[in-house]
Amino acid sequence: MKILVPVKRVPDPATTIRVLPDGSGIATDNIKWVINPFDEIAIEEALRIKEKQGSGEIVLCSIGQITWQEQLRTGLAMGADRAILVKSDQPLDTLAIARILVKVVNDEKPDLVILGKQAIDDDSNQVGQMMAEMLGWPQATFASQIEFADGKCKVTREVDGGLETIAFPLPAVVTTDLRLNEPRYASLPGIMKARKKELKEIAAESLGIDLAPRLRIKKLTAPPKREAGRKVESAAELVQLLHSDAKVI
Amino acid sequence: MDFELTSAQREIVAGVRALCERFPDSYWRDHDSRHEFPHEFYRAFAEAGYLGIAIPEDYGGSGLGITEAALVMSEAAHAGAMNAASAVHLSIFGLMPVVVHGSEDLKRRFLPAAARGEMHFSFAVTEPDAGNDITHIKTFARRDGDHYIVNGRKVFTTKAQEADRMLLLTRTTPIEKAPRRTDGMTLFLAPLDRKAVEVRELHKLGRHAVDTNMLFIDNLQVSAGDLVGEEGRGFRILMDGLNPERILTAAEGIGIGRAALDKAVRYASERIVFGRPIGQNQAIAHPLADAHARLEAAELMMLKAAWLFDRREPCGPEASTAKLLAAEAAFEACDRAVQTLGGYGYMQEYDVERFFRESRMLRIAPVSQEMVLNTISEHVLKLPRSY
Ligand SMILES: Cc1cc2nc3c(=O)[nH]c(=O)nc-3n(C[C@H](O)[C@H](O)[C@H](O)COP(=O)(O)OP(=O)(O)OC[C@H]3O[C@@H](n4cnc5c(N)ncnc54)[C@H](O)[C@@H]3O)c2cc1C
Repeated sequence: MKILVPVKRVPDPATTIRVLPDGSGIATDNIKWVINPFDEIAIEEALRIKEKQGSGEIVLCSIGQITWQEQLRTGLAMGADRAILVKSDQPLDTLAIARILVKVVNDEKPDLVILGKQAIDDDSNQVGQMMAEMLGWPQATFASQIEFADGKCKVTREVDGGLETIAFPLPAVVTTDLRLNEPRYASLPGIMKARKKELKEIAAESLGIDLAPRLRIKKLTAPPKREAGRKVESAAELVQLLHSDAKVI
Repeated sequence: MDFELTSAQREIVAGVRALCERFPDSYWRDHDSRHEFPHEFYRAFAEAGYLGIAIPEDYGGSGLGITEAALVMSEAAHAGAMNAASAVHLSIFGLMPVVVHGSEDLKRRFLPAAARGEMHFSFAVTEPDAGNDITHIKTFARRDGDHYIVNGRKVFTTKAQEADRMLLLTRTTPIEKAPRRTDGMTLFLAPLDRKAVEVRELHKLGRHAVDTNMLFIDNLQVSAGDLVGEEGRGFRILMDGLNPERILTAAEGIGIGRAALDKAVRYASERIVFGRPIGQNQAIAHPLADAHARLEAAELMMLKAAWLFDRREPCGPEASTAKLLAAEAAFEACDRAVQTLGGYGYMQEYDVERFFRESRMLRIAPVSQEMVLNTISEHVLKLPRSY
């Protein structure tokens, strides 16, 4: 099975994020960049599918600046076969990203696309769904389990009420949830091998796709500082305060 | 001149850091207080291929240089201090004499197993009656057909509780009969056969997760095939391994020092006393800035020594200087971290007391600061030998 895994570069979740004074973005100095954790889960799942089936090809794809190579190399070191970097220096919105990925899918013809349900930076949760729609493929979002049987893909999804299991034919788009797996880390031989794997660069502008943003970020603001809580003596006092001070009951 | 790490080196650092992040402070604190070997960390390190970093590819390793090994050890020490470093140090550095001087048979038998982490190793050199004066060791190996029969005592043998094999330095010619005092010594990769070797654990100041022992060797039978290099040349073969060991030890010191400094800096900016962060007081800030500067300088020296070694150039003075500077910088950084955290610094929960205890050993082992200064006096400054 050929699997395409789109990968986004995001700030390490452990990094403290600072919003720039003019609200135009975040301060990127001293930020450690990592693979979006949900995409890392997607890479791991693709590796497990390939290992289980005994054959297959895993292609990673990122859309971003030349520095994004670092995260693609990490994915290759985990075990992916090759990678594509669609180079773009301008910030792209989710629709443009989905369009580029659809173009890559049409060129690469994977049987399955697995990607994170969202990126932990802007938390859009849109790219997988947009891709499935544009491709006219089945989609399964928030996957917590992926299986294959009788030529079909069976995905267990985490939904508000509990778990939902759906089955659909391939090709398809699946987005990953946190509990799907625990990603491996790259081994030293993996790191050394990855250096010889193909990492193809394509200029985004060369794809002939309308990349004009439909979405504009007007301003970012840091969340208000959280005040320290206070302790109450009894449940009765708590109820009283929720009623009189917080006015929520 | 180029001070940049290569992209491969940066990727290795990021890779080993990702592994180490799965073993938080609490893991090391618990293993230290329970005196329990960090098996999970050791396994993870082995499975990810780091134990084989300096073992040639033909023998199951990655065949990288001492620079890469040093970067890896620095990260290990940054994460789990000397407990982490010592758990894996001997597998990485200890087998260098086998890599360089071992017979094909010896390499085939042990290097792949070492790279996979299936075998633990000890380094049995130091003796109670010889100390730094290695030529005066008394452990004796007597040839008996295809075998040698070894008798003697070793002290401070690290990891002997886990080890399957030990790199064992013996005399095969008594010092009185040897042409030179450095002649007549022989190195074996000997079995740590519990029937012939009593292993007695010593109680030490720190690094409790990794044991250090006294060995009583009583008629240990060692096959002639376990000899490393030639009989009688053990001292020189051992000396070949000393520079890499000093480089790795320096790297470990830099890692532990940085770990202490990180904690101290975070605490200094968060702890408010007299209405301001304590780090705003120069009495707190300057020692930390100074510790940073010393660690940076030690790291440059360490990388220079590693660079020379990997270019197959002589690096004795540089490796010794790196060890000297890194051991001081590490201990100073840990001591200042304890001071920065005040009373909390003395408490186990805050980790810096553990770093402080562990970093102290770097001034003594694998070679004392005094002996390093002796080497520099004699071999770099060409002053008369004092002992
Ligand atoms: C935690 C730990 C783990 C160790 N692990 C191992 C191991 O796995 N394998 C192993 O073989 N060894 C190991 N060692 C031993 C270590 O390498 C020795 O402690 C070291 O070589 C010093 O020997 P010694 O303790 O007998 O000191 P001594 O030789 O007795 O020296 C005592 C003091 O006198 C000083 N001194 C001696 N001679 C001179 C001189 N001529 N000029 C100036 N000063 C001098 C020394 O610098 C030192 O400060 C370990 C030690 C420690 C603390």
